[in-house]
Amino acid sequence: MPDATKPDRPLLIVEDLKVHFPVMSGAVLQRQVASVKAVDGVSFTLNRGETLGLVGESGCGKSTTGLAILRMLDITGGRIVFDGEDITGHGRAAMQPIRKRMQMVYQDPFGSLNPRMKVVDLIAEPMIVHNLLPSAKARADRARELLALVGLRPDMADRYIHEFSGGQRQRIGVARALSMEPELLICDEPVSALDVSIQAQIVNLFQDLQQSLGLTYVFIAHDLAVVRHISDRIAVMYLGRIVEVGPAAALWSAPRHPYTRALLAAVADARRAGDGSRELIGGEMPSPIHPPSGCAFHPRCPAAGPRCRRDQPELRDIGGVMAACHLYDGGVA
Amino acid sequence: MAVDDVSFDVDAGETLAIVGESGSGKSVTALSLMRLIPNPPGEIAAGSVMFEGRDLLKLSDAEMQAVRGDRIAMIFQEPMTSLNPSLTVGLQVGEPMRLHRGATWKAALEKAGEMLARVRIPDAKARAEAYPHQFSGGMRQRAMIAMALACQPKLIIADEPTTALDVTVQSQILSLLKELTRETGAALILITHDLGVVARYADRVSVMYAGRVVETGTAREIYKNPQHPYTRGLMACVPRLDGVLGSRLVPIEGQPPDLTRLPPGCAYAPRCAYVTARCLDARPVLEDVGGGHRKACFVAADAAAGVPVHA
Repeated sequence: MPDATKPDRPLLIVEDLKVHFPVMSGAVLQRQVASVKAVDGVSFTLNRGETLGLVGESGCGKSTTGLAILRMLDITGGRIVFDGEDITGHGRAAMQPIRKRMQMVYQDPFGSLNPRMKVVDLIAEPMIVHNLLPSAKARADRARELLALVGLRPDMADRYIHEFSGGQRQRIGVARALSMEPELLICDEPVSALDVSIQAQIVNLFQDLQQSLGLTYVFIAHDLAVVRHISDRIAVMYLGRIVEVGPAAALWSAPRHPYTRALLAAVADARRAGDGSRELIGGEMPSPIHPPSGCAFHPRCPAAGPRCRRDQPELRDIGGVMAACHLYDGGVA
Repeated sequence: MAVDDVSFDVDAGETLAIVGESGSGKSVTALSLMRLIPNPPGEIAAGSVMFEGRDLLKLSDAEMQAVRGDRIAMIFQEPMTSLNPSLTVGLQVGEPMRLHRGATWKAALEKAGEMLARVRIPDAKARAEAYPHQFSGGMRQRAMIAMALACQPKLIIADEPTTALDVTVQSQILSLLKELTRETGAALILITHDLGVVARYADRVSVMYAGRVVETGTAREIYKNPQHPYTRGLMACVPRLDGVLGSRLVPIEGQPPDLTRLPPGCAYAPRCAYVTARCLDARPVLEDVGGGHRKACFVAADAAAGVPVHA
């Protein structure tokens, strides 16, 4: 939803982002023998109030992309521009004011919240770090407000995290992230640890908060149905690269890339009983240390040809959706 | 009480899915069948498990040991913690043959190679010499299936076998499991929280809530005509791949109950939109709805029909 008071530029621009991790070898004198290309040339823009879904299987680089945007990882190459400011080269001090405008919500709230702190202190802690509200009383009041905002009772503020269920913990994680009044939330598998009946409550909470606060989301998940439900646009990642990106509706109703098709075929949908006959792809995602030549998906791709082993395909516009596949770019031969 | 008054049966060659959320008692049910509940604190207080004409709960420990891994095999969620990291995969896949069939190590290892090939691990003979950490998640779960099937069990219990795996690998593993049970005529009990998996792979379904079966029937019947408000709620609250964009999910409000403090009536009553005074006092039992479809709910089917469920 466009905000009249904010300039009409994208909130986030990611350009050719690369995050490589060195692989070291040797007992004493370690030297780099290879690198894991966790993210290798990812680009997208994100407008205010928009939700971009990042999907893919484990190891595809979706979480690394999220951490890199927050500058919690060293970036090997590319550019990250947040609200018009290039933050690629920012150090700790320069990042400090930016970071309160972009917050993270983690998969496992139990692992990311200190069990020895009361909920009120957990939510108030970021405000202390960022010097937001000077008095302890004001911070505690704000924490209670935030609890109400995420659908918990303000009187729960004096409890400890173990007294809460998984869904309630995730609400607390969201309240903590919101204590900074961020503009961008990077949500890394925020509902995948929850039971389905609770998952729907949290998905609705994210949507309500976006409506009322005008938040922008990067929603990282492996559950395709959840991502489609919550996202305006979806980017499908495979081995560190985006293979297809486009509006949620178009991408899911007419997937272009063979990998997107395979992902969708693999989802067992509750409403399609007895439908075990669809074409499934074999194999698993290869190691990002030794990615296949050409298109990284070619060893598993039913449509692969000699060109796919040779050349890496680039994203190109195919009727409103961007896909990186030779099928749409002169053929695979 | 983690599991209370749960009954079901499964025929040779059939797949029964036990569905439920965490804490519903589905895994405890499975472990009880194998008599793997640690005692203390756990205890199987009452009931019987009839398998091939014998009550497993009356067998001696030694007799039960002979059943486990031979006639009944179990596949767990996390293959990395169920495989011994310091032994080769081949040794572990061959071990049931040594234990139950008295095979020599040489014969057992040979059989392990065959089994690994059967679960489509490429270059199986060589891979049998590898250690679990050299296998990917999907390959480890294949190895677990190979181990479970080594002695041709009549019953396989798979407890969330694919929950830790990626979707493309998940569908490979389930299709393989289904195919192998069909080939060998074994019965499969599939424990899962994933209604999509149930729809695709199960013949019959039992839905559990707070330690009890609340609805059971053929998969087709349960999906076409869910009767219990909890089953309906579960189906309504997951987003669909072909759902209307911009629509809102219909969650089940509230939390699952604390099993140590269950309400006297229906355990689902506090979250149920159709709750009546009767639901708070008495516990409903499973009643026949027709065609083997049974539900444990006082609320008449037509009253529950108002629950918003996607057609």
